Amino acid sequence: MKVERAKLSWLERLYIPSILNGFKVTMRHFFSWKRSGVYADKQSDFAAKTTMQYPEEKWPVPTGYRGAPYLVKDVDDNTKCVSCQLCEFVCPPKAIRITPPGQSGEVDREGAEKMPKEFEINMLRCIYCGFCQEVCPEEAIFLLKDYAITGESREELIYDKEKLLSLGGADERAYDHHVQDGVDEGIKKWEKKTEDAKNQPAFH
Amino acid sequence: MPEFLTELLNNHAWLMVAIKVLGVFAVVMPMVAYSVVAERRISAFIQDRVGPSRVGVPWTKIRLLGVGQPLADGLESFLKEDFTPGHVKRVFYWMAPAVSMIPSFVVFAVIPFGSMLGMQKMVIADLNVGILFTFGIVSLGVYGVVLAGYASNSKYPFLGGIRSSAQMISYEIAMGMAVVPVFMLAADPTWREGLTVEWKEYLDGTGLLNLSSVVAYQSDSLFSWLVFKQPIAFFIFLIAIFAETNRLPFDLPESETELVAGYNTEYSSMRFALFFMGEYAAMIAGSALMVVLFCGGWTLPIEGFNTPAQSLGMGVLHILVFIGKIAVFLGLMIWVRWMLPRFRYDQLMNIGWKRFLPVSLANIILTAIVLWAIA
Repeated sequence: MKVERAKLSWLERLYIPSILNGFKVTMRHFFSWKRSGVYADKQSDFAAKTTMQYPEEKWPVPTGYRGAPYLVKDVDDNTKCVSCQLCEFVCPPKAIRITPPGQSGEVDREGAEKMPKEFEINMLRCIYCGFCQEVCPEEAIFLLKDYAITGESREELIYDKEKLLSLGGADERAYDHHVQDGVDEGIKKWEKKTEDAKNQPAFH
Repeated sequence: MPEFLTELLNNHAWLMVAIKVLGVFAVVMPMVAYSVVAERRISAFIQDRVGPSRVGVPWTKIRLLGVGQPLADGLESFLKEDFTPGHVKRVFYWMAPAVSMIPSFVVFAVIPFGSMLGMQKMVIADLNVGILFTFGIVSLGVYGVVLAGYASNSKYPFLGGIRSSAQMISYEIAMGMAVVPVFMLAADPTWREGLTVEWKEYLDGTGLLNLSSVVAYQSDSLFSWLVFKQPIAFFIFLIAIFAETNRLPFDLPESETELVAGYNTEYSSMRFALFFMGEYAAMIAGSALMVVLFCGGWTLPIEGFNTPAQSLGMGVLHILVFIGKIAVFLGLMIWVRWMLPRFRYDQLMNIGWKRFLPVSLANIILTAIVLWAIA
């Protein structure tokens, strides 16, 4: 196949005009202090650049992002988990380990039925699949926004109950993270699941 | 200066030379380091990035716009594993980085980087054949690259080595031819008659091919700079320097996109860093040559800057002027690298042999005709 080449004029073949044009273009970029649209909501010293200054600047985590799984508390600051161990069973990489309260069944408040003695998630094993969040009948565990899980030893990255609860915080955080903007109807996971189940074709 | 020191220096001329060598080395090495930083920062800015901006004072949060980067890079190179692949030709493999780095530093020997500092002329070797020496040394630069390509004993470095041998030899011819008109003007014995006493004293005993003589030729006004008198020669010389230092648009020996990393593919750690430093030292040497030959060396067409220094302060200022001019050319070389794409190999050869060589020859003839007409 013969490729048709554009016939260059004498001036074009000197390359000098295009080289000068190149100087112009690179110069414009060099002095471009205009914000790039990518991180438009961030204000920083390097306002013109596309580079995100990572530890200081962070990208906005989208709603529904599956980050690290944490335990959440209810509005009265109580542990929601009832140690049913469904998440432990469903966890594909076996990252969750729950120590149930045993026969004594100690609880820290009145009216609570049962709660885990210890709840550990090994963040090195976790694959962020979100099954634990799916399966939890109490809406006690949620995949929140954290994506940079770092530590200096393996032991450090096995998060215990206390740490998971403090990182998870109150219910609102999970609530905000999983509810689409502005629509205030709560998480109501099981109501939605029931609806979904009803809408499915029945097997007979 | 104490008595014994003066005596020591007077009795041992080599001591002064050694001091100058160390001095030049102490200035050129940081320049190499910081031109690397400049390269990375400028490239980043041109591409709307930030570049290395973090390394400042160690163990503190002071960043100083990344000026600590060369230290970190150097340390990194030293701490990396110096890996020698099993298939290389060992002796040549070990020699090549040194062979590529030494010529770029030796060029500085004949370059007048300042006028006077005390009673010392600021040039390491005041050779009367300065420019010829320079070309001789610059041609040696190709050996490092070719040797590295050959010694690596693998395809891509070998191709890189072959390309560089052809490229550098081709462009040396154009470069040499481009400089001839410069000396047709500057090596004319008559203009020296009109020089001031200081200049005559300064140039006493030097020949007409001496680089200081070229500087003197360009000292009296801006338009006596040879870049204005010989623009074609300057243009060809500039591009030949790009080709000689393997910079884009002539970086065919390296050409990452085709040859992995070209001649230095098989090198790692400090050996790679030596190639790297050699490349940047060659850039600085090339810029220094351009400054001396075309842009008036250490002079400026301002009172005080156009004659050899009478005081220590002026001497230092002259050196700073020289470094400043080099910095301008370095900036240009870096800028161009991030602007132009690489030439194809046949285009490279065409430009070298079919364009620049005839044009530089024509320039010689043109200059000769003009000189003859004026005479």
